[in-house]
Amino acid sequence: MSQDNLIIAGKSYASRLLVGTGKYKDFTETQAAIEASGAEIITIAIRRSNIGQNPNEPNLLDILPPSKYTLLPNTAGCYSADDAVRTLRLARELLDGHSLVKLEVLGDPQSLYPNVVETIAAAKTLVAEGFQVMVYTSDDPIIAKQLEDIGCVAIMPLASLIGSGMGILNPWNLQLIMDRVQVPVIVDAGVGTASDAAIAMELGCHGVLMNTAIAAAQKPVLMASAMKQAVEAGRSAYLAGRMPRKLYSAAPSSPTTGMIGKA
Amino acid sequence: MGSFRSTIELHPHVECAAILHDKMLNVITVHINGASRTFEQPLNVAELVTQLELTGKRVAIERNGEIVPRGLFAQQQIADGDKIELVVAVGGG
Repeated sequence: MSQDNLIIAGKSYASRLLVGTGKYKDFTETQAAIEASGAEIITIAIRRSNIGQNPNEPNLLDILPPSKYTLLPNTAGCYSADDAVRTLRLARELLDGHSLVKLEVLGDPQSLYPNVVETIAAAKTLVAEGFQVMVYTSDDPIIAKQLEDIGCVAIMPLASLIGSGMGILNPWNLQLIMDRVQVPVIVDAGVGTASDAAIAMELGCHGVLMNTAIAAAQKPVLMASAMKQAVEAGRSAYLAGRMPRKLYSAAPSSPTTGMIGKA
Repeated sequence: MGSFRSTIELHPHVECAAILHDKMLNVITVHINGASRTFEQPLNVAELVTQLELTGKRVAIERNGEIVPRGLFAQQQIADGDKIELVVAVGGG
């Protein structure tokens, strides 16, 4: 599959599974799960330093260094375009000018559904400032196209609500999005188990981003491995070109002649 | 200042206030990550990072809404009333 790499903003990635780094028990588990997933692109959050806490405490980037992974700073917890833009400016400074980012602007804390109006405003500012924006959004195909037109390098529609594990609620909207945008479409949010990831890839999505599905599994490292396989399987199935679905027209796979007679 | 000093010689109980006054000229209050801190002397961002035991750690700093580039930490003075945001990378989805 060496020629089937995921291309985002001109850079090539072998893994179509992107994973988050939150909600793990500890750094050991985080590292083991990321390793098992085979992910090359991993999201991180930007937060205030715990001043006064143990100064010898390792930082996330000590175990997941920028030299080994493509870090994708997010704007989790931002409810306005201004906050998201500020956060990503800080992230870019933190990561020595690295400009590939994940933009998410949320609408309310109960659903964590994206506020697409603020998302569009933030995307405009960020693209103008030279960021390469991978944008988390709803599965609205019109908004997706607008975000692409603004200059986002990837569209990341939700499968279902963040952390819900409900899987893909509207595969038809994902199809509408893929029919309309040229940049990679990466399903982000709501994946719950391996089949959800496989379905996303079978639909023709270019990748899947998940966090809770792995971190909240009973055995995160095993689930990470399952997800790696699911994304690969779904992608292969997509490239293989599935058989058509037919409601009627049952057609047996075995010959219909030469059946043995009645005893 | 001359007349101020002679006032102190005449009224010794004012001396404490004068020392306090002089000291207070240097003391600054800074809001760091939402919490107020006072510093005896004005300082620059590099000195702040040292005082907070964050030297060598990967941090990004914003002062009054503007990013302070890491290369300019030593040049950037912190003033009384400054709002500083000091952030790091953490796990997230």
